[in-house]
Amino acid sequence: MTEQGKERGTSLLDKSAAELADLLAAGETTSVAITQACLDRIAAVDTDIHAFLHVDAEGALAQAAASDARRSAGEPASPLDGVPIAVKDVLATEGLPTTCGSKILEGWIPPYDATVVERLKDAGLPILGKTNMDEFAMGSSTEHSAYGPTHNPWDLDRIPGGSGGGSAAAVAAFEAPLAIGTDTGGSIRQPGAVTGTVGLKPTYGGISRYGLVAMANSLDQVGPVTRTVLDSALLHDVIGGHDPRDSTSIDHPWASFAEAARTGAAGDLSGVRVGVITELGGEGYQAGVQQRFDESVALLVKAGAEVVEVSCPNFVHALAAYYLIMPSEASSNLARFDAMRYGLRVLPDGDPSAEDVMRASRDAGFGDEVKRRIILGTYALSSGYYDAYYGQAQKIRTLISRDFEAAFEKADVLVSPTAPTTAFKLGEKLDDPVSMYLNDIATIPANLAGVPGLSLPAGLAPEDGLPVGFQILAPALADDRLYRVGAALEALLEAEWGGPLLDQAPSLSDVEPVETPGGAA
Amino acid sequence: MTETLMPYDDAIAAFDPAMGLEVHVELSTNTKMFCGCSVEFGAEPNTQTCPTCLGLPGSLPVINGKAVESAIRIGLALNCEIAEWCRMARKNYFYPDMPKNFQTSQYDEPIAFDGYLDVEVDGETYRVEIERAHMEEDTGKSLHVGGATGRIQGADYSLVDYNRAGIPLIEIVTRPILGAGEKAPAVARAYVATLRDLLLGLDVSDVRMEQGSMRCDVNLSLAPKGSDELGTRTETKNVNSLRSVERAARFEVSRQAALLQAGESILQETRHFHEDTGSTTSGREKSDADDYRYFPEPDLVPVAPSREWVAELKAALPVPLREQRAQLQADWGFTDLEMRDVVAAEAVGLIAETVAAGAPPQAARKWWVAELTRRANEDGVELTELPITPAQVAAIQALVDAGTLNDKLARQVFDGVLAGEGEPDAVVAARGLAVVSDDGALGEAIDRAIEANPDVAEKIRDGKHAAAGALIGAVMKDMKGQADAGRVRELILEKLA
Amino acid sequence: MPDITRDEVAHLANLARIDLDDAELDHLAPQLSVILESIASIADVAAADIPPTSHAIPLTNVFREDVVRPSLTAEQALSGAPASEQQRFSVPRILGDEQ
Repeated sequence: MTEQGKERGTSLLDKSAAELADLLAAGETTSVAITQACLDRIAAVDTDIHAFLHVDAEGALAQAAASDARRSAGEPASPLDGVPIAVKDVLATEGLPTTCGSKILEGWIPPYDATVVERLKDAGLPILGKTNMDEFAMGSSTEHSAYGPTHNPWDLDRIPGGSGGGSAAAVAAFEAPLAIGTDTGGSIRQPGAVTGTVGLKPTYGGISRYGLVAMANSLDQVGPVTRTVLDSALLHDVIGGHDPRDSTSIDHPWASFAEAARTGAAGDLSGVRVGVITELGGEGYQAGVQQRFDESVALLVKAGAEVVEVSCPNFVHALAAYYLIMPSEASSNLARFDAMRYGLRVLPDGDPSAEDVMRASRDAGFGDEVKRRIILGTYALSSGYYDAYYGQAQKIRTLISRDFEAAFEKADVLVSPTAPTTAFKLGEKLDDPVSMYLNDIATIPANLAGVPGLSLPAGLAPEDGLPVGFQILAPALADDRLYRVGAALEALLEAEWGGPLLDQAPSLSDVEPVETPGGAA
Repeated sequence: MTETLMPYDDAIAAFDPAMGLEVHVELSTNTKMFCGCSVEFGAEPNTQTCPTCLGLPGSLPVINGKAVESAIRIGLALNCEIAEWCRMARKNYFYPDMPKNFQTSQYDEPIAFDGYLDVEVDGETYRVEIERAHMEEDTGKSLHVGGATGRIQGADYSLVDYNRAGIPLIEIVTRPILGAGEKAPAVARAYVATLRDLLLGLDVSDVRMEQGSMRCDVNLSLAPKGSDELGTRTETKNVNSLRSVERAARFEVSRQAALLQAGESILQETRHFHEDTGSTTSGREKSDADDYRYFPEPDLVPVAPSREWVAELKAALPVPLREQRAQLQADWGFTDLEMRDVVAAEAVGLIAETVAAGAPPQAARKWWVAELTRRANEDGVELTELPITPAQVAAIQALVDAGTLNDKLARQVFDGVLAGEGEPDAVVAARGLAVVSDDGALGEAIDRAIEANPDVAEKIRDGKHAAAGALIGAVMKDMKGQADAGRVRELILEKLA
Repeated sequence: MPDITRDEVAHLANLARIDLDDAELDHLAPQLSVILESIASIADVAAADIPPTSHAIPLTNVFREDVVRPSLTAEQALSGAPASEQQRFSVPRILGDEQ
């Protein structure tokens, strides 16, 4: 570990991915230098943060060297060639462990790459390692990881959000300029909100799910986790687009998202209609969260946007519908973890049958939250309950989509706070599932309707000094609007703050190491 | 445990059987239902698998368009409606040969439904109604190690090969076949045989029952004669030959009748058929645990065949079986009786292939319906399971037509081919079976016969050509059968002219 | 409507092949009841004529060409297997019948 890894300020670590790409293009740095700086930073701070479950220093440096070679030959593979990235441990990586934060997959090394991982490799982004997450992406705090929680870089006693707390924390702690997350009910956007980073869930079908270990197939999407809106757009351009291996992938001529972000950064939003969703705010939302949200809306008006209030009355049922659809699909998806072909095998005493081994292995290999959701899903799909639960939840989906359609008649984008509160304390909601689930109340409707959503930092809540997230939603296929409006708001906010919000985050160079319960190396 | 059985005739006198058939057909596509792995039979274990068909975490399915096309064609050939919009569904249950612990299948939205297939038994036509035909995927295959029998019961552990997992299957389900009375088992058999021919004609499956590419479950219940209510049914699984379909049905009639007669009730269960004894034994009891928790497969999008596509596929279907048979009968010049025998012998397809390989239709019929059917019955196997191909039958007939073999010698060539001695030519050479066509050698034998039977020779000289038979017999005996009787007759008449 | 009993949870765990012990059952049953209570509101929300949405973005007929793609090698296929023998996955003795 070098002292340089701890110090932020003048190093490569502070640069956005776009800035690093410029430096690489100008020949002012190398991918090896950037990648080494990230690895040093990880070595310095990740015992405190625990964003990573697996670091692949050797692989990342080899990819960085290959990138530098391409660069010297004048043949960079993409605008982000050489910029390192961290990948959530829910995406299959050939030759690298993929655990999904679960004991049941401890030691599993996939024989194939997820499409997104393949695209990262093809575009020349060195993969630093795999990031921590709630087991099988089930949670909003990363406390349900079987390998111990991730800590919020803003306050190590607090949660980094979830399920993708590892990816968000890695980016917020300057361990990686970019990361990949996945979002089923808010797992990219809510961690983004509570760590002061940018997270985007694309239109359902906008980014391939091939190789993403499914929680709820009809809701899951992969997306970028970054520090700036432009970085998110650049990464989206690399990983997005049609994939014939994913039947739900949309074959659509996507325009450049980076272009949309650059246009937006000029800060002119005249003619843009912004709809504030009545149901996502007010009661139940922390005062400081609401305040920062309202201030951001005022900035949008200043930039020329027309703000209207829109009502989405069926959103109040979104959480209930989500907690029926998600566990139903998950209970079926997770059936394959049965100790027969891969993963943990527990042999009970005596002469156990295959059935005995399945039962014992699944009991030992799954954590409490996973078991809760499997049982819940099994219940919801059971004969006799299907119509009342799963069938009904699918109808609510229709109603929520109709609410969105009506709202998008009146507005080009919709906005809300990303999460009702700032980061809560580790352990605070661990044994109160319903209260934990409420964290996703503002993010879930987008997953149910398949529309894209972006969260970006809106400042720090006055009462606790913790980051607040601002959510922007657009109609399906209109992800570019998120980048345009998001980049505009980001530029206006940073002008007020005098720089990126993360400049105000603790440097972590002088924090006391904390215990990481059950943490893996 | 031996079952009490009621003689079949008594059982049928007291009860009416209702039968249902569920036939699983493996499609002969190049690739699996949801991934690009080959479906070729007989590959080394676990060499035709990928993340998708192994159910690896993160993998996704993509529907094989050719399988959908085959499913629609099968549906159309069975006179079914084709769904305008349908989805795949997950059938959730745990079993080690199923990589995802759910089978991707269809539930309440089958691709084809409400059809029928007419089948013929003893010259009578029965209409078997088709409830549905749906798409699904096959499971892997287990080898059971240890224990006495190599069967699943008593095995120490099992070894699973997933090459078969994910192969496209079409499951064709009939409505209950009612009112066939004593002929119910024969109708069931005729249905499966007719379905097999239909699928062969569509070129959608190998339909090799012995290789498992066509598998049949036989559902059967009994109701007291004249009663309208259906009884409790049993489901006999994996009945894998035409003959077994009939035998399993007859056995269940006798078994269930004995139970009902004794005042006992029928257990709703799956049963296994045993080829060796012709009996069925109890398998798994149907219970509440069969809660498959079906729901639409979220990784796949709906299948919505356009009406144009369906019409196109319909227009390109081969002619229906019945018309096809009438055409073949006309082409082949068979009498109605001959054709009925051919159908009864389940030899239509075999004869067609033999004729296509160059044999005259009557000869092809003679060998398959008389000679080879007898041998198949002796061996207790299906005609198609005999180790001889239509091409080989045609080759043997060609040797007969060329005068190299007579019928008697040809039968010995059949013996050789069936015994695995190689192609007909090789058998002829190895066994030294060719007829003697050397007129010199024949001439000497004829001279000897004339010398030994001067009175017969005299009659022939007097113009009584019918008497030649005795001399021909003597010559054939002298030549140990290896002569062309026609040629011998010609030579005798020449000499005694 | 919902109040999920301990026995019901045990039955569901059995369906889901999870060997829950008594303590887990005691813990889970009330939690599931609370969760179900909070989502029970859903039953009366949507009218019968509302069509269900299984896919948010309505695609149909996504098919693959029937062309063979390379498979994994047997070594790759078996690389994660807890036990293997004769190039096959070795699994403990199977009790039930195939379905």
